Amino acid sequence: MNIKELTQIREQQWWELIKRLNEEPFKYHIGDGEISLKGEEFKLQQRIALRNIGIINPNKIEEYIATGGYFALARALENEPKEVIKTIKDANLRGRGGAGFPAGRKWEAAAYHETDEKYVVCNADEGDPGAYMDRSILEGDPHTVLEGMALCGYAIGASKGYIYVRAEYPKAVASLITAIEQAKAHNLLGNHILGSDFHFDIELRLGAGAFVCGESTALMESIEGKRGMPRNKEFRTTERGLWGKPTVINNVETLANIPPILTKGAQWFKEIGTEKSSGTKVFALVGKVQKPGLVEVPMGMSIYDIVYLIGGGIPKGKKAKAVQTGGPSGGCIPSHLFDTKVDFESLEAVGSIMGSGGMVVMDENDCMVDIAKFFLEFSVDESCGKCTPCRIGNKRLLEILQRLTLGEGEISDLTKLENLSRVICQTSLCGLGQSSPNPVLSTLNYFYDEYKEHAQDKHCRSGVCKALLRYEINDRCVGCTRCVQHCPVDCISGSIRERHYIDATECIHCGECFKNCPVNAIDVF
Amino acid sequence: MFIFDFEENKEKVDQFIQFMDKNRQMKGVLLPVLQEAQNKFGYLPKEILQLISSHLGIPTSTIYGVATFYSQFSFVPRGKYSISVCMGTACYVNGAADILDEFSKVLSINLGETTADRKFSIIETRCVGLCSDAPVVTINNQVYTHFKKSDVKHILSLLP
Repeated sequence: MNIKELTQIREQQWWELIKRLNEEPFKYHIGDGEISLKGEEFKLQQRIALRNIGIINPNKIEEYIATGGYFALARALENEPKEVIKTIKDANLRGRGGAGFPAGRKWEAAAYHETDEKYVVCNADEGDPGAYMDRSILEGDPHTVLEGMALCGYAIGASKGYIYVRAEYPKAVASLITAIEQAKAHNLLGNHILGSDFHFDIELRLGAGAFVCGESTALMESIEGKRGMPRNKEFRTTERGLWGKPTVINNVETLANIPPILTKGAQWFKEIGTEKSSGTKVFALVGKVQKPGLVEVPMGMSIYDIVYLIGGGIPKGKKAKAVQTGGPSGGCIPSHLFDTKVDFESLEAVGSIMGSGGMVVMDENDCMVDIAKFFLEFSVDESCGKCTPCRIGNKRLLEILQRLTLGEGEISDLTKLENLSRVICQTSLCGLGQSSPNPVLSTLNYFYDEYKEHAQDKHCRSGVCKALLRYEINDRCVGCTRCVQHCPVDCISGSIRERHYIDATECIHCGECFKNCPVNAIDVF
Repeated sequence: MFIFDFEENKEKVDQFIQFMDKNRQMKGVLLPVLQEAQNKFGYLPKEILQLISSHLGIPTSTIYGVATFYSQFSFVPRGKYSISVCMGTACYVNGAADILDEFSKVLSINLGETTADRKFSIIETRCVGLCSDAPVVTINNQVYTHFKKSDVKHILSLLP
């Protein structure tokens, strides 16, 4: 295979693809060499990483080539590796996995070290609950990830790549296996790629259900067949990574951005987004929102625009309370800050992080103390146990939160929560521990009143913390006895056709009476 | 305690040994080998861990250390139907905890347990990435989206 043959496939397959897409004209816009999806929700989006999702058939390499795929690699191979690095650096592409480290600088550092072997690792261990853009890319456009990895391999001088993918994503695994086979058969992976002297192979490794393996050094330990515990950060992974060799580790979405940047140029990419955060970001807009789904928008769009203009607002006429970004490492942004722009700096400024791009919308029925507890449970469960602040500190944080949601908290607990959180952030070994108290800190900051109510008044305004609810029967009661029949602890008394009473000391706050009352005679406080 | 019957599983064990032999040279082979064992036998029997140890020359203590680290591995057989409730954020705010409670109540087992007849087991799973269709329940490989608490009894009655 060479670039001439690649061009032949492209020209031939382009018309095949157009023919197929034209069978469903209401779904696609077909312009001059560009195809996009039709629909109201796509108008405000700009799809780069997701450009082929829902358009090409992921199991056909020809369709990927038809849209210009593998041409970035073919052209790069005609130039020096450092040209690739320069373009990525100039484009200011920052890592989409969460921390936002410039990809170009990472590549440059790994290229600098001269050794017998280097590695490219694709981090497809997408563990943040509420984020699924990587799954979507792996399933819908696997070749863009392979091409991105091959380009990275060429740039830094590596001949071997690994994709570490979650075992929870069986479809993504299947689509990657097919894609790797096809790329090898077309001489786009393997030895002498496109007739050049560049050799590059990709091997798939499956995760085994450990969130911490998304941390780069833990992931490398896991590939090496060990317990996935983060390493002490003596060396950057670009110097000593996988098996002690220079390694570049990039996330799926980052890699999906590489081919378009090399095709269209650094300047094109830099003009999208904000000054410090170039390009677009994919968000998984989920939770209490009318039209949940993946959205890819230029960096710098406001949360309001994403939630209301693209997501269609909150269902059932409810009010938004907060948006949670960054998963268990991120924070809750309250609705009065919805004009915050989504880019790396602005999100950090309001106490959250970009993270991998989960955006969970919460409404007035969500309790912020309970949400903090939910994320802490996650972090406690997933802490690897290597360092003390994370292993024990998070457990203590969780215990305090549990006390609060059970009505056993005190006002002094709130100070303890904050102090302990700061200690854990400052002293943990890896990113998991350093960011695990973020959900607590941000909710404490923006929803202090709710915490205070839990601690002082033993009250949960959202009605989520069941132990804090108080049920009372009002004078609308018609004495139908239905609540008596449903009460599992027999704590409701009263005769037929007369007003009933709940014995608060016996009540277990299960809410069955409330749910079954035909005349709304039960008040919840 | 579950005793692993080598005679009954002879064919699977042979295939498993072949798998180890084939991949012996692979760097960091332990995890793929454990995953193969989990898929083949449904759990990691102690006897199989010892077999891996003698075959690959890795101490059983190391193997045990690795296997206990990852939640994918189980040391007890799971039920014929492994019910897993997604506990990702989107599922959680859409009522996943209530669904989990309902399964637990109806089957009278706790999270992580298997019913005495080995028919059902309940586990919670990390985000499966179907957040826009939350809440999500997976039973073996069948995925149920927009699951409701009231669906629990109905679904269970459909499983033979």
